[in-house]
Amino acid sequence: MSFFAKLRQEARCRLLQMHYDAGVGHIGGNLSALDAMLYLHHYVMSTEDQFVLSKGHAAGALYVTLWSRGILQESDLCSFHNDGTLLSGHPPPGCLEGVPVATGSLGHGLPMACGMALARKLRKQPGRIFCLCSDGEWQEGSNWEALIFARHHNLSNLVVLVDVNGLQGFGSTQAVASMNDLGKHMEAFGLRTRELEGHLEASLEQINTGSVEDRWCYLLQTVKGKGISFMENRLEWHYLPLDEASYRQALAELNS
Amino acid sequence: MRSAACNAWVNCVTDGEFLFLTGDLGYNALEPLRERLGDRFINAGVAEQNMVSVGAGLAIEGMNVWIYSIAPFCYARPFEQIRNDICQHRLPVKLVGNGGGYGYGAQGASHHALEDYGALLTLPGMRAFVPAFSVDVEEVVDRMHQIDHPGYLRLGRCEQPPDQEVEAFSPWRRLVRGGGISVILVGPLAGPFWQHMLSMTESTRPDLWVLGELPVTDISNMPPDLLNNIAANGLCVVEEHGLQGSVGQQLAALLMGGGFTPPQFLHCYAKGYPSGTYGSQSFHRRESGLEPGQVMEALGIAP
Repeated sequence: MSFFAKLRQEARCRLLQMHYDAGVGHIGGNLSALDAMLYLHHYVMSTEDQFVLSKGHAAGALYVTLWSRGILQESDLCSFHNDGTLLSGHPPPGCLEGVPVATGSLGHGLPMACGMALARKLRKQPGRIFCLCSDGEWQEGSNWEALIFARHHNLSNLVVLVDVNGLQGFGSTQAVASMNDLGKHMEAFGLRTRELEGHLEASLEQINTGSVEDRWCYLLQTVKGKGISFMENRLEWHYLPLDEASYRQALAELNS
Repeated sequence: MRSAACNAWVNCVTDGEFLFLTGDLGYNALEPLRERLGDRFINAGVAEQNMVSVGAGLAIEGMNVWIYSIAPFCYARPFEQIRNDICQHRLPVKLVGNGGGYGYGAQGASHHALEDYGALLTLPGMRAFVPAFSVDVEEVVDRMHQIDHPGYLRLGRCEQPPDQEVEAFSPWRRLVRGGGISVILVGPLAGPFWQHMLSMTESTRPDLWVLGELPVTDISNMPPDLLNNIAANGLCVVEEHGLQGSVGQQLAALLMGGGFTPPQFLHCYAKGYPSGTYGSQSFHRRESGLEPGQVMEALGIAP
């Protein structure tokens, strides 16, 4: 098993445990985004880079990623969603290393990431801002405002990633507001766009190969509930918490 | 007041960390600032939600950020961005709304700001500044520049009476000493009331005060003279703002909590559009009973 495969397996198990212990959902969208977050934090980002999780409902995946990097501790994860925790269901403001901005309401992360990227550009500081959005989030107008801004100010230190799992809160993205040509829209707004397999290490490697003078968007083809047979591509796992039986089954599948 | 504000911002620029965002507004007013700031002056376009979040991102990186627009486009359109991205992060971003109250007159309701400071003051760490006169603006901008939390600057039209000198800005200022009820005004409305009082005798006219920084959260920060007169002669609050979240409500709760029971209390506030028609700022003030003569009549004070 490769290092990344082992890392991913451990992270998925810890993510499930965290959500099971807390009795909360949003597991499907965490599992679709987790691999890309792990890859970014372990293989792509330098100490000068920052990561903005615009799809704040995948906070659990971010916390597990930071745990895998030694930034958060086991005791931190055990507090997830509990009274008195800093690890709320959506990233909190200004109190966790590796979480530069709080998110949760969709359409906020990318504009803030634009501001962070602009500050660095004006100061001629190094470092990129990686911003991970959901696919349903592109129904928010503020995201398109942000792309207009990023293009006008040529924010080539901004990297946009989209977790294209195809499912949102109460339907598929196709059924709610079809944007089949999201990549074409991105290109039209001035981003060089690549489609990647969001769960494949060999595909995610391409994030490191984009030319630095361009503004990049990576459309990550992902699976909601990735790795758990009864969760994969199932809308209900946007919200459902795990009961004991389903938790045991999920762990067995991940460890098989 | 815009030109005064522009000059004040120009004077604030001491390093490359000052950054000004405008939502495509400021023609014939902000050009000197644009020239002074160069690439730190950013016309963010007609995209207020993005502008506010970008401002938050810049502030997270440590820049000193000011954001400017017509008042309702500054606080109402991007309210969630102000709440989540600025205030929940306790970022020292300064918002500037031009044309507070009915300032944009016959341009219509979309351009009026009748709930700006009331709405914004519900947010954590927010303070609002309402200069009454153009000469206040430099001091207000300097104060806002120094604070390490969010701020809102409500700009209006200066109506300072001719030949009257204004005391330097402070949150509470007495404009005209009088022997009657205490009248507290918020912002530029102070001008016409000040003018009105000049023709009245001191013993019968109200004791006129102007409030310039909100919220008022501690009764001990109110001038003792004012408190004593409120207790003796009552209180009238006049503001170009709606009832909910108003200074009148703030003061009423504060005074009652502090054991003050004014013998008389009158609150004059913006009542929206009673006739359903539109006109100048003066027209709307009249419709809301905010003209000095109307308030005096309501108080039973002879002209």
